[in-house]
Amino acid sequence: MALSRQEMKSLLRLIDVTHEYEINCEECLAKVNEFAECHVQGKVVSEGLQTVEQHLALCGECREEYQLLLETLTELDDTSNHS
Amino acid sequence: MTRDNESWIGSLRDSGAGREEALSDLRGILLHGLRRPFCNRAGVDESFLEDVAQQSLLRILEKLSEFEGRSQFVTWATSIAIRVAMTDLRHRRWRDVSLDAIGSVTAEQAVDPDGDPAQNAQRQSVVDAMYRVIETGLTARQRTALLAEVKGMAQCEIARQLGITQNALYKLTHDARKRLKRGLEAAGYEAGDVQALFEM
Repeated sequence: MALSRQEMKSLLRLIDVTHEYEINCEECLAKVNEFAECHVQGKVVSEGLQTVEQHLALCGECREEYQLLLETLTELDDTSNHS
Repeated sequence: MTRDNESWIGSLRDSGAGREEALSDLRGILLHGLRRPFCNRAGVDESFLEDVAQQSLLRILEKLSEFEGRSQFVTWATSIAIRVAMTDLRHRRWRDVSLDAIGSVTAEQAVDPDGDPAQNAQRQSVVDAMYRVIETGLTARQRTALLAEVKGMAQCEIARQLGITQNALYKLTHDARKRLKRGLEAAGYEAGDVQALFEM
């Protein structure tokens, strides 16, 4: 089987952003809520949350869920502002 | 009723009417929050969202002691609900795809037909080095797991077919990526070089 050119670039990008220490998806889930609120509130990401940022750069699934979380928080925020 | 974190935790740990009311409120919040982001996805209807909300409530109650109060409780609960929903959708999409199709890989041509010949030669060198490490530096399991992920297969399904947890899968692919990185560095390719060559 061959990797497509796009898949090859994806793999090279993954290798490029690989760190010696990384949190896994379960550990990301435990912290992503705090990370999302920092983003929404425009706060600087603390050192403790930098591992979340690293993981989101690596993990497409967690990145997708993070985007959905941001959308959902916006939806919930809009509702509470208009209720 | 607007609740703060303490109120949520207190009510959900309680028994009786207070807990039931909190669960009902939370269920309503989750359903409302998930509806728009998920409404256009294949396989998502009101019945799906109801199932997700119900499964999520159970998961949230199981993990209640893990909530550290570093965010709003609703944010934390919503992140769990999203994980539940996406895991279900991914499992449906990938459950009939076998890992057996992932085996060894062949080195594709990395050249850009309109590109600079010298740059094309360098790109091909990097790709050839990467494929050498994939074939000789990874275990069969690492190779299968990593390539399956690169091809977009859902992690929950890869883990299920390998008979391991998702945490164990992450360790497997993380170790594989570290080996690939070291292998490329040993072949003389640093991260910055690769980025520049492939304009990543």
